[in-house]
Amino acid sequence: MADSNTAMQDYDRPLLMAGGLGKTYGRLNACQDVSFSLYPGEVLAIVGESGSGKSTLLQLLSAQLAPSSGKVSYRMRDGVMRDLAALGEAERRFLFRTDWGYVHQDPVLGLRMAVSAGANVGERLMAVGWNHYGHIRDTATSWLERVEIDIGRIDDAPRTYSGGMRQRLQIARNLVTEPRLVFMDEPTGGLDVSVQARLLDLMRNLVSELGLAAIVVTHDLAVARLLSHRVMVMKGGRVIETGLTDQVLDDPREPYTQLLVSSILPA
Amino acid sequence: MNAPVYNFAYLDEQTKRMIRRAILKAIAIPGYQVPFASREMPMPYGWGTGGVQVTAAILGPSDVLKVIDQGSDDTTNAISIRKFFARTAGVATTTATADATVIQTRHRIPEAPLHGGQVLVYQVPIPEPLRFLEPRETETRRMHALAEYGLMHVKLYEDIARFGHIATSYAYPVKVNARYVMDPSPTPKFDNPKMDNCPALQLFGAGREKRIYAIPPYTSVVSLDFEDHPFTRYRFDAPCALCGADDSYLDEIVTDDQGSRMFVCSDTDYCENRQAQGHRGSESAAPHKERSHG
Repeated sequence: MADSNTAMQDYDRPLLMAGGLGKTYGRLNACQDVSFSLYPGEVLAIVGESGSGKSTLLQLLSAQLAPSSGKVSYRMRDGVMRDLAALGEAERRFLFRTDWGYVHQDPVLGLRMAVSAGANVGERLMAVGWNHYGHIRDTATSWLERVEIDIGRIDDAPRTYSGGMRQRLQIARNLVTEPRLVFMDEPTGGLDVSVQARLLDLMRNLVSELGLAAIVVTHDLAVARLLSHRVMVMKGGRVIETGLTDQVLDDPREPYTQLLVSSILPA
Repeated sequence: MNAPVYNFAYLDEQTKRMIRRAILKAIAIPGYQVPFASREMPMPYGWGTGGVQVTAAILGPSDVLKVIDQGSDDTTNAISIRKFFARTAGVATTTATADATVIQTRHRIPEAPLHGGQVLVYQVPIPEPLRFLEPRETETRRMHALAEYGLMHVKLYEDIARFGHIATSYAYPVKVNARYVMDPSPTPKFDNPKMDNCPALQLFGAGREKRIYAIPPYTSVVSLDFEDHPFTRYRFDAPCALCGADDSYLDEIVTDDQGSRMFVCSDTDYCENRQAQGHRGSESAAPHKERSHG
């Protein structure tokens, strides 16, 4: 951020671009012809019912699955747009633990349940060569504070944590290397509503403070409304509607989106 | 029928060739775990089947073999392996570190400095240093391939967070030749510095896990640590009760059920040599007379 000019320029150029992205499993089209651009600091929600291809799309975008057609490019920290499929495995894994975050629906998948919370947060730092215990611990402590976990529990393993705390710890673990893009797969799934509300509030603050770009997969329209700037509605592997969040949710054009919006139970 | 006649050093020649090829590859890539077709040996897993196969593959008729178990030449495991090779290969055996050309060891490196031309063969139970942090073998192999070793420091971090210092006292992870992170088998971390720049060839055999790895002579071996928690050796703060040595690794021996104990060198050859030279500790009896084991 030293040079405000380049910072401005970076904000004008897309961070991640998907073009004609598709994935087939035999005759099954899990996802087809998805194209969009994501800009720095932008939060995109992908909504749709189960089986609509949301999770497949997220895996394609995060280079965990190879697409059957189309490509995904990402602007690396040096400003160069790279095709993810052309990255070597070492580069891809490095990207995954520095510039990207991935928040799983089930925190067990994203955390090391048997090592302490502090080490969970510190792991990414140690992976990029931090070699000073005091510094690692201080950073871990400040991140636990930011995600509202009692720092007295820094040495407890996450298996002693509640569901909401685990999810917050997973977020801290992902954000400690200051990524520019975070993928979230149903981040509030399986949590009760009051914990959900607190988590959403926290994520919204972090995203705006850090200027993160995020791609959030959810079937919960309330999550999309609270977190995202833009929404993509998926059905049967295709994107059927896309637009600003309030526009899509308040004034849905497609019949399917109208159905989706109207099926929210009144609180 | 007569008693069965074994091939020299028990294993057949084809098997020895296979093991030698694995050893050569291991030497060419210091610290890399080379898979090999480990054979059933006439002893249970955990008794040194990997070490025995490596020893069998490198042994020649003119070699002099020493076998130690926790530094000691006279425990069951050491004696039976020594007898095994005395019978199947007819090689000379010794307990003197300086006289041996091949030393098979479980859990210790001799106190006497090793010299060029010697081979130290370690028995290894679990060759993978990342095993208890990452259970997937496919994943650990990938981590080795890409030199992703942040996870190893997670273990050390956990130690400091829990105990205030790096409490790992054996199987302390090392980085070999500035590339591969390696488990030095369950040797006490007291022995780690002896691996660094050692003139002898060090070979590691894991029979159950089917892996061989090596440290060629004069290779850098660095124990992992943090800048603010550097690697330290550990040793009981006492002289040896038999030879008075204050620089050797000690075993704690409980002598009665009243809480009495004594500390003695774990390396029996080193201790006996010192006693023969007239060094005495607080508990020493008459100096040892017999120096060789059949």
